[in-house]
Amino acid sequence: MNADSSSRNFWRDLEELAAPNKFRARIRDEFLPGTSQPARFDRRNFLKVMGASLALAGLPACTRQPTGKIIPYVKQPENLVPGRPEFFATAMTLSGFATGLLVESHEGHPTKIEGNPAQPVSLGATNIFHQAALLDLYDAGRSQAVLNLNEPSTWNQFVAALTAALESAAEKSCRLRILTGSVSSPTLYHQIASLLKEYPQARWHQFDGACRDNVLAGALLAFGEPIETHYRFDQAKVVVSLDSDFLHTHPNSICYTRDFTGWRRASVAGLERNRLYVIESSPSITGSNADHRLPVKASEVADFAAALAGQIDGADVTIPGQERWLSAVKADLLENRGRSIVVAGENQPPIVHALAHQINHRLGNIGHTISFTSSALVNPVNQIASFKELCDALDDHEVDVLLILGGNPAFDAPPDFEFQQKITKAGFRAHLSSSVNETSRLCEWHIPENHFLESWSDARTFDGTVSIIQPLIIPMYDGKTVHEVLDAVANAPGRTDYEIVRAYWNNQDVPDLFEARWQRALRDGLIEGPTLPAKAVQLRPLDIPPIKAESKGLEITFRPDPNFSPGVSPYNEWLRELPQPVTKVVWDNPALVSPVLAKENSLVNGDLITLSVGDRRLRLPVWVTPGQPERSIALHLGNGSIRNASADAKSGFDVNPLRSSTDLWAAENVHLKKSGENYPLVTTQTLHAIDSEERQIFREGTFAEFQTDADFVQKNSSSPTETLFQPEEFKYDGYRWGMTIDLSACIGCNACILACQSENNIPVVGKTEVARGRYMHWIRVDTYFRGPPDNPEMNHQPVPCMHCENAPCELVCPVGATVHDKEGLNLQVYNRCIGTRYCSNNCPYKVRRFNFFQYADYGGASLKPMWNPNVTVRGRGVMEKCTYCVQRISAARINSEEGNRKITDGELKTACQQVCPAQAIVFGDLSDPQSQVSKLKAHSLNYSMLGELNTRPRTTYLAKLRNPNPDLSAT
Amino acid sequence: MSTALKKEVGQALSQRDSDEARRWFGEKQSLNEISESIGSIVLQPRQPKSWIFGAAIAFALLMLFITSVCWLFYRDVGVWGINIPVAWGFAIVNFVWWIGIGHAGTFISAILLLMHQKWRTSINRLTEAMTLFAVACAGTFPLLHLGRPEVFYWLFPYPDTMGLWPQFRSPLVWDVFAVSTYFTVSLLFWYAGLIPDLAILRDRATAKWKQKIYGVFALGWRGSARHWQNHQSAYLLLAGLATPLVLSVHSVVSFDFSVAMVPGWHSTIFPPYFVAGAIFSGFAMVLNIVIPIRKLYHMENFITERHLDNMAKVMLATGMMVTYGYVMEAFMAWYSGDIFEKAMMFERAFGAYGWIFWALVLLNIVVPQALWSKRIRRNAFLLFFVALSVNVGMWVERFVIVITSLHRDFTPSAAGMYFPTIWDWATLAGSVGLFLTLLLLFLRFLPLIAMSETGKQMNEIK
Repeated sequence: MNADSSSRNFWRDLEELAAPNKFRARIRDEFLPGTSQPARFDRRNFLKVMGASLALAGLPACTRQPTGKIIPYVKQPENLVPGRPEFFATAMTLSGFATGLLVESHEGHPTKIEGNPAQPVSLGATNIFHQAALLDLYDAGRSQAVLNLNEPSTWNQFVAALTAALESAAEKSCRLRILTGSVSSPTLYHQIASLLKEYPQARWHQFDGACRDNVLAGALLAFGEPIETHYRFDQAKVVVSLDSDFLHTHPNSICYTRDFTGWRRASVAGLERNRLYVIESSPSITGSNADHRLPVKASEVADFAAALAGQIDGADVTIPGQERWLSAVKADLLENRGRSIVVAGENQPPIVHALAHQINHRLGNIGHTISFTSSALVNPVNQIASFKELCDALDDHEVDVLLILGGNPAFDAPPDFEFQQKITKAGFRAHLSSSVNETSRLCEWHIPENHFLESWSDARTFDGTVSIIQPLIIPMYDGKTVHEVLDAVANAPGRTDYEIVRAYWNNQDVPDLFEARWQRALRDGLIEGPTLPAKAVQLRPLDIPPIKAESKGLEITFRPDPNFSPGVSPYNEWLRELPQPVTKVVWDNPALVSPVLAKENSLVNGDLITLSVGDRRLRLPVWVTPGQPERSIALHLGNGSIRNASADAKSGFDVNPLRSSTDLWAAENVHLKKSGENYPLVTTQTLHAIDSEERQIFREGTFAEFQTDADFVQKNSSSPTETLFQPEEFKYDGYRWGMTIDLSACIGCNACILACQSENNIPVVGKTEVARGRYMHWIRVDTYFRGPPDNPEMNHQPVPCMHCENAPCELVCPVGATVHDKEGLNLQVYNRCIGTRYCSNNCPYKVRRFNFFQYADYGGASLKPMWNPNVTVRGRGVMEKCTYCVQRISAARINSEEGNRKITDGELKTACQQVCPAQAIVFGDLSDPQSQVSKLKAHSLNYSMLGELNTRPRTTYLAKLRNPNPDLSAT
Repeated sequence: MSTALKKEVGQALSQRDSDEARRWFGEKQSLNEISESIGSIVLQPRQPKSWIFGAAIAFALLMLFITSVCWLFYRDVGVWGINIPVAWGFAIVNFVWWIGIGHAGTFISAILLLMHQKWRTSINRLTEAMTLFAVACAGTFPLLHLGRPEVFYWLFPYPDTMGLWPQFRSPLVWDVFAVSTYFTVSLLFWYAGLIPDLAILRDRATAKWKQKIYGVFALGWRGSARHWQNHQSAYLLLAGLATPLVLSVHSVVSFDFSVAMVPGWHSTIFPPYFVAGAIFSGFAMVLNIVIPIRKLYHMENFITERHLDNMAKVMLATGMMVTYGYVMEAFMAWYSGDIFEKAMMFERAFGAYGWIFWALVLLNIVVPQALWSKRIRRNAFLLFFVALSVNVGMWVERFVIVITSLHRDFTPSAAGMYFPTIWDWATLAGSVGLFLTLLLLFLRFLPLIAMSETGKQMNEIK
């Protein structure tokens, strides 16, 4: 470097100045040695790289496919056509009693539960619990593995531990105790019986939360034996319910609902009507269907029964304030000797049942509307006594091995049994249960119980028909059935539940004929054989208790939650989100208080109160309930259980702490204290005064009115008759689908809501979303009250999509996502919907539901196999609504077209129609004048809801007819 | 006509113009002076502290808007308080409110131009800008409120491979056309008016890049007589196009409601009543913008108390029309004897949302009565608050129409309540942020008063 050159040349870089050539080389070779350099690009290379880039660029555009292997059947099962559902007959037990079911299965996944039409008690209908049971199967929160002291273990370890415990005592002298719920399974009975024989010290106890002790005790009191009463509501013109919810909580409620509503359906209007009197201590489904309803305290029902029994015997007894009622009921009953029923509720003391038996006897109902049999349960016992015996044995350290087969006694039992403390005194404790609940946490061993759709078993219906419970799917988790656990106790583990059940029935039958009869039993869902034989009874003289003086004190009645049954998981979200029949409250069980009591204590819905009975206390919110007796507070049992050690949020309030074993169903001398705090309760229907008379949304009349003027409903109608437009603009030349809903028949049981939820993949959205008004049920059951709040008339109205001919929703959709099809259905095209929600605004019935979030994911991945593959799972941001089960219409159409015929009437049923035990919903083809739905549409009771808007709904209603007693209604 | 007479008439006319112009301005300024005082706001490198302060707030609100929109897209419209039955909430209320605000701009620019109301010159630029920004804010809401905003373009008639078209009977489709037409015409009209001023800025700018940018947008304007002639006819034609839009856009928006059968929506009075309401709220917003700007940028010479007075009078007149609309709604509910209408009206006034209805009466009917007083009309400070009351009141009016009509309609069992969530409020506040940001950027980069036109008019002062 010299001064000259530096002065002449500018430089940019010290490196350049130092070594200009090296620097230039570096500039030229932009990339440092060692780095990969781009290849020389000639034409060929360019084309190669471009082609490869384009090909690769196309790849990410493809939808990512789910990973997983698709394996073809090595051996294709016979009759299995992918995409075509299969149906299997099975049965489900509620409180021990079976209901025959027909379960739909798609490629091995059960997707829908229906009633078994071959079953005499259900005839194809089910109730909310059967529908909801499907969700339990897929519930991710159910117990999945054997637990030993809350640590995962195995079945073999359990069997080893059990065997060791059984053998620790001398030869077969182990003091074994088995606790089950009510049992009607012959196989199970056989197993227990042989165990009891094998272990002379063994005892069997029975307890489930909603025990029916009073029914059997009442029969014992009246007839000297604990027999079961069977009612023929189809024969009874007058029914008096003494606090009995026979349309909902009775084990045979499905059959009773059909029989009872048989008098009320519009198809028989004008002939004869039954009349229902309900004396009850809290509004129930049965009470809401009463022609006359008398709210009284639970403790006063016995007085009413005694007075009625006395009056029928001709005695001069009465109750101040209820004279008119008593004389009217008495007169009506006497007028209908042999055609009436007096039925007592399960929560009423035995004497009320005995009095009811006596009245029925005096009226000559026995043999006509009432018959008696031994119970369908294999060993009906007084469960409270049985459970108390167990508790005493535990307390005396007399139990070596305690097996609790199902249930949750640590939670359900009233606290004065002190079961939670006493259970720890047993030597070896095991709990078979579908969830890790309060009882499981007190036991050393927890065995997951298989869902009934995963199990082999058997059970009897209320009338004694035996059904085989057969599985539709192999157990999803490491669960066992009760049969397998008992086999392990009998030290013969290894037999599957199938082998156990089959072996039992094999022994009952002629071996040669067995196989054919077994196959037929599995196919039909029931074992042919005689039902329970009727028993002749001899009425014993009763000491009619004296009428008590009216007490002004406050009482509590405990009732099974309308949405809860011992046969279904208490954590079932379909049931938790199902609006309660009268209050429409979801996800909670408030204390039901009367409007008068609420006013006295200035309570509003959601106010937290403290109830105290003696030294027992409970804090829970109130719900002001029309029709609740003035000085009675109703609490619903079954809520508030915590699963998996509080992993799930608790739903509802546990009211058991207020109960005592001496009176399971009521508590007297209650003190109520307002706390001043409020708890957010959520309801799907707000109560407020409406001008429903003018709106004529719910139309009703009396039977007498109908007899004098069959057209009275039409006369009040203000539907427009003249129009500038062409009403029959579109000529329907094929099917025209339509539906009628019979408001006289509808009892408001909510089964349609859950059937629809199950059929149409409707998600559960949770309490906060329901509070925002975003529940997703496609069909809702509205309840309209009329009359004074302390005892109003209650009317139920199921509201699905109306499928209007002039559908207001279709007009306003900017993208045509809701359109009419050529069979008159109002369709919702999910793919096209952009979510303006205008259609919902313009729907006068507000039956449209919107996916405000990605609700379909709310249930978790475990629910996916439960979804009906024929129904789209809706994504977020789209509107949805009732489709009249369009997938069923398509299936029926394909079926009929294969036979080159039309769909016949009755062949096709919507999910809500199929489940309805009251047969209130009728769906069919309006173009066929002979179809049932066409005939009902022509009925004079038929009306369109909000018909004056000229929407011309396809879903119409048949006005409700009441049948009030003129002696009572003239006030 | 003799030359003398011609001269006399000419003098009289010019005297008239001079008198007219003198009434509307403070002291006379030459075009050069006007360009200096208005153009310098844009061309000076630094902005006043008030602008920076305002921009900080507006930008913060804009960020809130972006945040709430992102959250909305991530979770979907459930983040708002809407439900069944109240499926439309703040998004639609805000949409109608913003669209209404836009109307004053077009009214001032187009209708007043056609009616030779020369006083419009001082405020038309600002109000046209306001229109654009308000329509921009309004335009976002129909898209945001969709359950599936990613397919918003299905609302447009485009050749779809499936052969699908929008459903033309739906007022929402009409909205798409009405609003997009309105935005396009407003934009063109505003831009056409800007061209001479952009040329002035181009000529006055000292920085090269400013000259270039303004030059590009000035489209080679040299101010020749021929340019002026073409410009004036184009401007007039656009005014002619924009005029029916003032009436049509809000009429179409009102169809969203009146075409539906919901009690409280299904009403034939809606189109005129909505248009009046739109101009009412639009003028209120103009006042709310003009009054502070006039003060901060010392524009009292151009925007005088007489301008404020005139705008207040328009507000008073349209306010009375709106009041008439309210009264007629109630009257028709009673007179028609329709039970649903009657129940809706009763519910609106005395139901769960009754207090909002009475707030509406106070803000939109009672408070504007103050405008009968000339003292208040000419008091910028008081007028600001009256205008604010009307702006809030008109928002409340849309809330009453949208929400209280929906929350209880035909089926009593399906009644519900609507409670806005924090995201409802965030989106509303955020849209104000979007509006203010655009407005402040406008003040920063474009002349807020039409310089050449003002100059022309001032020049007439003798």
